[in-house]
Amino acid sequence: MIEMAPSLVLVVTIAVLVAVGVYLILERSLTRIIIGVVLLGNGVNLLLLLSGGRAGGPPIIDLTPAEEMSDPLPEALILTAIVITLGMTAFLLALAYRSWQLNGHDEVQDDIEDRRIAYLAARDELAFEDTDTDVVVPDIESEAHEVRDETDTLTILVGEEGLVNVPVETVRPSGAAPDDGAPDDGAPDDAVPQTDREEPR
Amino acid sequence: MTLEWLAPVPAILPLFGAGLALAMWRSKRAQLIISVVVLALVLAAALTLLLTVGDAPYVLDIGGWSAPVGINVVADRLAALMLTVSSAVTLCVLLYSMAQGLADGGEDTPVAIYHPTYLVLAAGVNMAFLAGDLFNLFVAFEVLLAASYVLITLGGTSARIRAGTIYIVVALVSSVIFLAAIALVYAATGTVNMAHVALRLPEIDPGVAQVLQLLLLLAFGIKAAMFPLHAWLPDSYPTAPAPVTAVFAGLLTKVGVYAIIRTQTLLFPGGTVDTLLLWLALATMIVGILGAVAQDDIKRLLSFTLVSHIGYMIFGIALSSQAGLTGSIFYVAHHITVQTTLFLVVGLVERRGGTTSLDRLGGLAKLAPGLAILFFIPAMNLSGIPPMSGFLGKVGLLQAGVADGTPLAWALVAGGVVTSLLTLYAIVKAWNKAFWQIPPAPLEGAPLPRGMVGPTTALVIFGLGLTVVAGPLYTYTEQAAANLRDRETYIVGVLPDGKRGTGESDEVVAEGGSS
Repeated sequence: MIEMAPSLVLVVTIAVLVAVGVYLILERSLTRIIIGVVLLGNGVNLLLLLSGGRAGGPPIIDLTPAEEMSDPLPEALILTAIVITLGMTAFLLALAYRSWQLNGHDEVQDDIEDRRIAYLAARDELAFEDTDTDVVVPDIESEAHEVRDETDTLTILVGEEGLVNVPVETVRPSGAAPDDGAPDDGAPDDAVPQTDREEPR
Repeated sequence: MTLEWLAPVPAILPLFGAGLALAMWRSKRAQLIISVVVLALVLAAALTLLLTVGDAPYVLDIGGWSAPVGINVVADRLAALMLTVSSAVTLCVLLYSMAQGLADGGEDTPVAIYHPTYLVLAAGVNMAFLAGDLFNLFVAFEVLLAASYVLITLGGTSARIRAGTIYIVVALVSSVIFLAAIALVYAATGTVNMAHVALRLPEIDPGVAQVLQLLLLLAFGIKAAMFPLHAWLPDSYPTAPAPVTAVFAGLLTKVGVYAIIRTQTLLFPGGTVDTLLLWLALATMIVGILGAVAQDDIKRLLSFTLVSHIGYMIFGIALSSQAGLTGSIFYVAHHITVQTTLFLVVGLVERRGGTTSLDRLGGLAKLAPGLAILFFIPAMNLSGIPPMSGFLGKVGLLQAGVADGTPLAWALVAGGVVTSLLTLYAIVKAWNKAFWQIPPAPLEGAPLPRGMVGPTTALVIFGLGLTVVAGPLYTYTEQAAANLRDRETYIVGVLPDGKRGTGESDEVVAEGGSS
């Protein structure tokens, strides 16, 4: 029978790969997420390798006695998984590039709609415009573009207005740029041409 | 049992079609013909499987390799029903999207890759329904996810990239969890064939088995958008093109639900996590529908009702009783149809009204009375107005809950009724704002092409048809549930002697010994 006790080195490697992978996936920049996905995928592939027990000889009949063979099945599974990860990585890279093309950054943006509804609720106003209300709800896409990151804004209480969202920049002393490591090529985000923002019909 | 060869057809045919369509990228007409013919053939194959499959599932060992060594394809009653409903839906959505693409002039939809990707998606969904081992299920998931990544970011507009990124990252994480679960299943049992795993799981430590169960549940729960794992769905679905959202809403989450049904009944029949699942089902229903009530965009509203109604299916599964499972399967079939239809209708609304925001829509009942009818019927069906199939599915589940009788089951029955009422409230609100109220500004919409209305009408009628054939269908789902609960038929079908499948690789295996 195959010995099932795993090699400690591999176990530690898996732990490190998975930990680093998870950490990177939690980042906001898509490039880091890609690296995270790759590391996580490799960690899980190693886990698959471990699931077949310790390494033995090549699993070819007449070359290795059956008792000393490696388990070939996990290797086949890993091969498939590697190919899948490769494809996904390529797609993610294209996605990050497209995001950079469109927005000038490759950061994952927040879901603004839910937040907007929450603010309307906090201000005790209707969640939708009615013929007899005069609340102006800004265009969702332009707002999503401006406030792509919830942590960029501060929610403060302003007199009768209730909860109001202001960009961090307005609170900071002028000149202090937000240090989030994002590449700043000098052009403000608004200068980047918004190609087709409209929903195609 | 001569129809076994038909079992893998619904998965293979679309893949061939995808290759062919890609090769014919220059001619839209050729691509359309290929796609329609392929999907129609798949529907025919699925219907044949549905009508002929008995208690024993159709099992095919691919390439003649016996089951635990080779890969096998298994079509039992549940799989056949899922295949039939999903094929019918994919065919209708394809016709709809073609009409939309033609009407739009094809600028925003790169049609050359649309057909192949769509066929790959269909192949992945069908392969997931037919998979006989866990790794094959994983590959099927990856196939359909890869296709869905392309479809959700189709055209690469700013909004779609934003929504697609979230969808893709979440899906990748769930795939990694699934793969890790497979690795652990293999380490614990030495096999990934589901029937074989089912035989061996009782022999391992129950604690380990429960960890495996929870890991698989986590992976499928993300795909099915079950309560704490649902947040990605309402954000990512609404930005995709209407037909893409429709097919995602109808099929992708249901593939997750199908995987939960399959693994829970076949691999972990003890019902050890039922209490957890019941709580999650309750939370899914309530949280989902409360989200829907707050929305002012129809697409987002429908996405939240989608999350909410996943709760009903989980409810039925978690009861682990014959009645609960029957109701669940019936509800899946009903919900695939009705949710897809509603998203297609919303696509029409968007076209006619120029927007999906309830703020800006209005007066559509006067402008487009036919559209109003098309919206009204599936909307009432979704909220469970008698005598439609939504009502029948919910009644079945509620009866199963009452029969269970525990306080938690009663809480879920109450939750189910409340969810149903709130669904009605959300839908009526949407109806009121979009169809009755006077629009704040005149709507700027295009007329509806007949090619888009036709498939939508067909799906509305198909949904009503589910009501008409509800009796036989309910009997069928009862049998399917009985087959699922009696795991013997499945296991014996795959491994007749408890060790090997029906392939011809026995002499090769004999030398390998007993691993």
